[in-house]
Amino acid sequence: MNATQMNRMSNATGPLLEIRDLHVGFQTQDGLVPAVRGVNFTINHGETVAIVGESGSGKSTTAHAIINLLPGSGRVTQGEVLFEGRDLTKLKRSEIEDVRGKLIGLVPQDPMSNLNPVWSIGFQVEEAIRANGIASGRKEVKEHAIRVLKEAGLDDAETRLKQFPHQFSGGMRQRVLIGIGLSSTPKLLIADEPTSALDVTVQKRILDHLATLTRDSGTAMLFITHDLGLAADRAEKLIVMYKGRIVESGPSRQILQDPQHPYTQRLVAAAPSLASRRIQISGGHLDSIEHEVPKGSEDIDLIAAGEARTHSVATTAEPAIVVDKLTKVFKIRGGKAGSREITAVDNVSFSIPRGTTMALVGESGSGKSTVARMLLKLETVTSGSIRIGGTDIAKLNRRELFSLRGKMQPVFQDPYGSLDPLRSIAATIAEPLVTHDVGTAAERKARVRELLEQVSLPETLMGRYPNELSGGQRQRVAIARALALKPEIVILDEAVSALDVLVQAQILNLLAELQSELGLTYLFITHDLAVVRVIADTVAVMSKGRIVESATTDEVFGNPRQAYTRELLNAIPGADLTLGA
Amino acid sequence: MSSNTPGGKPTHYVAPIEETPLVEIDSVKVRTDEKPSNLWRDAWRDLRGRPLFWLSSALILLIAIVALFPGLFTQVDPNSGCLLANSNGGPTSGHPLGFTKQGCDIYSRIIHGTSTSVAVGFIVILITTTLGLVAGAVSGFYGGWLDAVISRVGDIFFSIPYILAAVVVMSVLSAYRSVWVISLAIGLFAWPVVARVLRSEILRVKASDFVMAAEALGVSRFKILVRHVLPNSIAPVIVITTISLASAIVAEATLSFLGVGLPTSTMSWGNDISAAQVDLRTAPQTLILPSIALSITVFAFITLGEVLRDALDPKARAQR
Repeated sequence: MNATQMNRMSNATGPLLEIRDLHVGFQTQDGLVPAVRGVNFTINHGETVAIVGESGSGKSTTAHAIINLLPGSGRVTQGEVLFEGRDLTKLKRSEIEDVRGKLIGLVPQDPMSNLNPVWSIGFQVEEAIRANGIASGRKEVKEHAIRVLKEAGLDDAETRLKQFPHQFSGGMRQRVLIGIGLSSTPKLLIADEPTSALDVTVQKRILDHLATLTRDSGTAMLFITHDLGLAADRAEKLIVMYKGRIVESGPSRQILQDPQHPYTQRLVAAAPSLASRRIQISGGHLDSIEHEVPKGSEDIDLIAAGEARTHSVATTAEPAIVVDKLTKVFKIRGGKAGSREITAVDNVSFSIPRGTTMALVGESGSGKSTVARMLLKLETVTSGSIRIGGTDIAKLNRRELFSLRGKMQPVFQDPYGSLDPLRSIAATIAEPLVTHDVGTAAERKARVRELLEQVSLPETLMGRYPNELSGGQRQRVAIARALALKPEIVILDEAVSALDVLVQAQILNLLAELQSELGLTYLFITHDLAVVRVIADTVAVMSKGRIVESATTDEVFGNPRQAYTRELLNAIPGADLTLGA
Repeated sequence: MSSNTPGGKPTHYVAPIEETPLVEIDSVKVRTDEKPSNLWRDAWRDLRGRPLFWLSSALILLIAIVALFPGLFTQVDPNSGCLLANSNGGPTSGHPLGFTKQGCDIYSRIIHGTSTSVAVGFIVILITTTLGLVAGAVSGFYGGWLDAVISRVGDIFFSIPYILAAVVVMSVLSAYRSVWVISLAIGLFAWPVVARVLRSEILRVKASDFVMAAEALGVSRFKILVRHVLPNSIAPVIVITTISLASAIVAEATLSFLGVGLPTSTMSWGNDISAAQVDLRTAPQTLILPSIALSITVFAFITLGEVLRDALDPKARAQR
């Protein structure tokens, strides 16, 4: 038996992928910036391993380094990537192209930009099949393409082949990409945040399907995600990455129940899906939940945020907002039939008691943001009424509307777009005061200081500009601006959705604190039911412009009446986890 | 320190905490030792380090001084005292660049012609930016039928090459030729460029959340435009304006060369180049010298425009 045969023998039993002391750096004008610093892990045949981390943790870089697809100036500076005993980092370009697709498939993150809009779906699937040499000859390739799409869970695959990406929904596109990734039955599939751009119910269906496919074909999977609950749901083994290093790894359940590293402890405390499950298990009795809070980072504990909220609830409060039969119809011009009407919001009614939080939950296109814009009078109302503090806002004259704006303020989703890049932080926070002519210049300055303190930002930021701040810091500034006029109502339109999980937890805690301190009423608009469990007193679930269910949070989570609500609840990751609590 | 034995059951691995210390969450430390930075401050910092910026600025400053105070540079009168005996003559003492066909001092004519070119350039950009800013801002920000009307009018003006249009206008107005009329003729057909650029920038900025936030505060539409939208969309207009100043100077020279520009009595590089063309073979310097003056001026403004473009485009900066 010669050496190569020996090698093959050991491959059959050895790990599929072994990464040894991997270092990746990016060349910048300031020199080599390390992104991955000494990572070791193994993936066995047929095993699913998840890498969890925040943005900048190096999780995607690690995955891309495996198949040598590092963007731009990135390169592997040290270490080995052994795939069946072969070091992939040492391969030539032509050799690595043979590995990509054929042996290691990739499902990319964004289904919207990863299909070429000018080619048909069929062309792109067939291209992948030809490139990997799975089949040749027109007929054979086409047959294979149909099979791939069928396996990916697309009905009517034959006609779908002729269609173009814009005719597909996000979920369908991701199915196509999964189909392409699995088309050559690779030994390893790398799924880089495959569902983070999709609605939760679609996410669940896609991941279920992906799990079935990989199990059936015995494909191992490396699953990259920022959601600890999702990772634990989908993988036997977890790898937690932080600042380019692995801080903890091991069996999923064990890590979730007994996190050892302080960073993992932070993640467990801050993951909305896990907190939501915990509250669920406790039956809504937050005080009874036993859980460890990592020392020194109490402000990210979501259970604590929930507790802060429950203490502030006044049950007999009169409503701050009453919405009655609100409807919004958009006229869309164009097309042969002339103008078309779309009912974005359909007969929506709800009321929010003063000092409480109502969550308006829905998937993309459900009309939830349109409701918010109508409340803020940024959009006209087609029919129905909105009463704020007892007055119908449709009947307000200019002056009354102006004073209403001071009582109700929004915080938007995108922390990078919601602050004027050319105005200093102090000027941004003071703008409401200037616009409403409150106080003298000195008083305004004092108020800005006070607000910065309320949102836990240092005073030194006053002369700074938004581009110097992180996403979380910007969102704090946006909150401070919203609070400047001492409003009674704050409308939070996906206000934490764009933030990393730890930062998100911090902001949720801050919001809960501010609510109990200032007696604020929140309308919390989100697609994430897990966050709702923590922050909201009442929930209204929207679908296709209508409210399908609305009740207290405990009721909706404990006893959902509508199939759609149940589907949403089931889609929260971490469903079958039995935690130590 | 493999976390896992090959083939076996995965073991629970925890990195030593000393090796992986925790950093405070959300800790983009704002460095207080550095000056605050935004687009304009960053652009200035960027410009300061570019030799081309200093070169073009110095040239423009020099050109401006020459235009305003030609007396500082020459005492020779460019018009009177021309002796036909000196026609197309070479340099002599006191006349470093020689003489034109009419026997006038070339150096003096170039110095005194500067103000004409620079004046036309500035009057044109005054017209184009005023018209362009108003048209672009109104159509971009307020939209609706105003946008439709303004954009179509702009398209009509845009579809006519402005040199051709200016030739027609100047021929019709041949009795009234002056610096003002020629500037008006050029500016009237050059503003749609500014309007278009500003309009598309405004459309981009208008969709920002910070505009919505200002609206929700009750800031008036006009104040939103002036305080938030215009400052964030003006950078490309500044770049375009600098470059179009150079093209306006070229346009004036072209029109004068074609004989439909300034009256021959007005001192201008274009007129001198035009007058010198018949003697191109016998006395090339009479044509080349004013051309060089024109080229240096155009070079200065175009270069300034280019460095401004680089400095004001954050995407380009991020790639460096």
